[in-house]
Amino acid sequence: MTTLEEAAIPTGRTVARGRNRLGRREGRTALFFLLPGLIGMVLFLLVPIIASVVLSFTNWKLLGKPAFVGWANYTRLFTADPQFWPVLRNTLFFTAEYLVLNIVISLGLAVWISSLRRGQRWFRVVFFLPTFTPGIAVAIVWMLIFAPDGLFDSILRSLPIAMPNMLADQTLAMQAVIIVSLWAGVGYNTVLFNAALDMVPANYLEAARIDGATAWDRFWKIRLPLISPTLFFGTVMTAITSLQVFDQIYVMTRGGPGNATSTLGYAIYQRGFQNFQMGYASAIAWVMFAMIMALTALQFWLQRKWVHYDN
Amino acid sequence: MTTKSRSNRALVLDIVNHGLLLLVALLFLFPFFWMVSNAVRSNVEVLAIPVRFLPETFEWDNFTKAWTQLPFGRFFFNSAFIAICVTAITVVVSCLSGYAFARLKFPGRDALLMAYLGTLMVPAIMLIIPLFLIVNSLGMVNTFQGVILPVAFGTFGAFLMRQFFLSIPMELEEAARIDGASRLRVLVSIIVPLSMPAIGLLSLFTFIGQWNNFLWPLIVLTGADNATLPVGLTLFQTQQGTQWNYIMAGAALSMLPGIVLAILLQKLIYNSIALNAGMGGR
Repeated sequence: MTTLEEAAIPTGRTVARGRNRLGRREGRTALFFLLPGLIGMVLFLLVPIIASVVLSFTNWKLLGKPAFVGWANYTRLFTADPQFWPVLRNTLFFTAEYLVLNIVISLGLAVWISSLRRGQRWFRVVFFLPTFTPGIAVAIVWMLIFAPDGLFDSILRSLPIAMPNMLADQTLAMQAVIIVSLWAGVGYNTVLFNAALDMVPANYLEAARIDGATAWDRFWKIRLPLISPTLFFGTVMTAITSLQVFDQIYVMTRGGPGNATSTLGYAIYQRGFQNFQMGYASAIAWVMFAMIMALTALQFWLQRKWVHYDN
Repeated sequence: MTTKSRSNRALVLDIVNHGLLLLVALLFLFPFFWMVSNAVRSNVEVLAIPVRFLPETFEWDNFTKAWTQLPFGRFFFNSAFIAICVTAITVVVSCLSGYAFARLKFPGRDALLMAYLGTLMVPAIMLIIPLFLIVNSLGMVNTFQGVILPVAFGTFGAFLMRQFFLSIPMELEEAARIDGASRLRVLVSIIVPLSMPAIGLLSLFTFIGQWNNFLWPLIVLTGADNATLPVGLTLFQTQQGTQWNYIMAGAALSMLPGIVLAILLQKLIYNSIALNAGMGGR
């Protein structure tokens, strides 16, 4: 034992040198562990990001040689392309309506589920199911529902409501897309908000009840402020995904009728992979990125007014 | 009002409350019912007026026909193969990177971790064009590796595994290190077995994400033979004389794994989302 200890106590100098050698060896081990992920990240994330910036300043059309065109793609977007402003408007319209309805419906369902004595988890599963299924399959099923003379039309006909076919109408087509997106998307936020409500300490609510607070007051003055950080998180994430909407539109309307449902995501696909304007499509992608950043920044700025943190 | 009648009233309200939400839930489930109901009727009946809720004759063999003739069976295996490969690569790469971030000291570690987190801000749809050009220049258009590789190196997994590894007590691996076990050995035989909850979660969400993915396979897999289920569904959607009944059968097939996993793993899913709820905005 003593010999071991003596052998294990080196002089100060050898310790430093030993630690250095150990540090270098650990650095090499770290490189070995990181390498697969690093190669993947550089090749499939870093290079594409840089390539996307460069591409947006060229006129590359997949075939032929690309030429550097400066800001031409961006100026064309904002000043010359007759389709760009409608696309931008459609995207913002979809995001605004979908975001508000998604948060209101999922919060409503979450509160409703949390009021149950039995079967909470089964209701959570029911509303969550579409979240785990392919968006394309969901959109195809709803397309059959909205098809001309399909289920939706025949239900409306049996009621005294005169309405054109949703998918064929300039203004109603976007509403159909929003209905489908809501069905597919409220489940995640419902479970998220329900989980947050479960974490509100029961004794807070009990104390308020004893003090005579109504259920309405308990919701607005205790539960809502306490779950507001989660509500904020859900709102930001939902906004980011809804600005990228693509699947439902590809299946149900292909951006139509006219370009009534064409969004930024659909425009990137159309310009990039149907017209092969890789440079122009990259410029649209960066406009989308700018919008995502702007909307996220706006929400972070607004959160000071309504989100309560307990520390 | 006596306490008894008050508690009776509360009981009635409670039952009404459950009943109403049950009604909402059944309405919510209707599209699933409509899909299956149309999958098992003849195509003439799908398009018939007036619309019927249940088929006149049930054609259950539409599922076998869709599986063999369209061929949704082939698409199913393509989807499964791609999703499983992406999941396997993601788990291995994330465990290796996560371990380096959690346990090893190297220069620039924190900066690199921040860079990994920063890439999470970039929306997937933005990288579609340069990624396609990379796959194209590697000659991997319309191949499985062309679909799999570009999406298998997401940085989220490395961060998730790092967070989980940090919660494992250091003492457990120090003993093995003193016995001379290498870092890789420690990771494989001590850390990974203890990290099954996190690995399960990463696998589940990666698998479902890829199974449901549409835009990327749509662009890379240009041939009908290699199509995944979502891409295959849209291939038949645009053909003349759409066979709606077979398409509904195919849609049902594509939804099956997600529905089964969501029901079987509801606790794991709830706990992971609850973790997000607890951290929300903090």
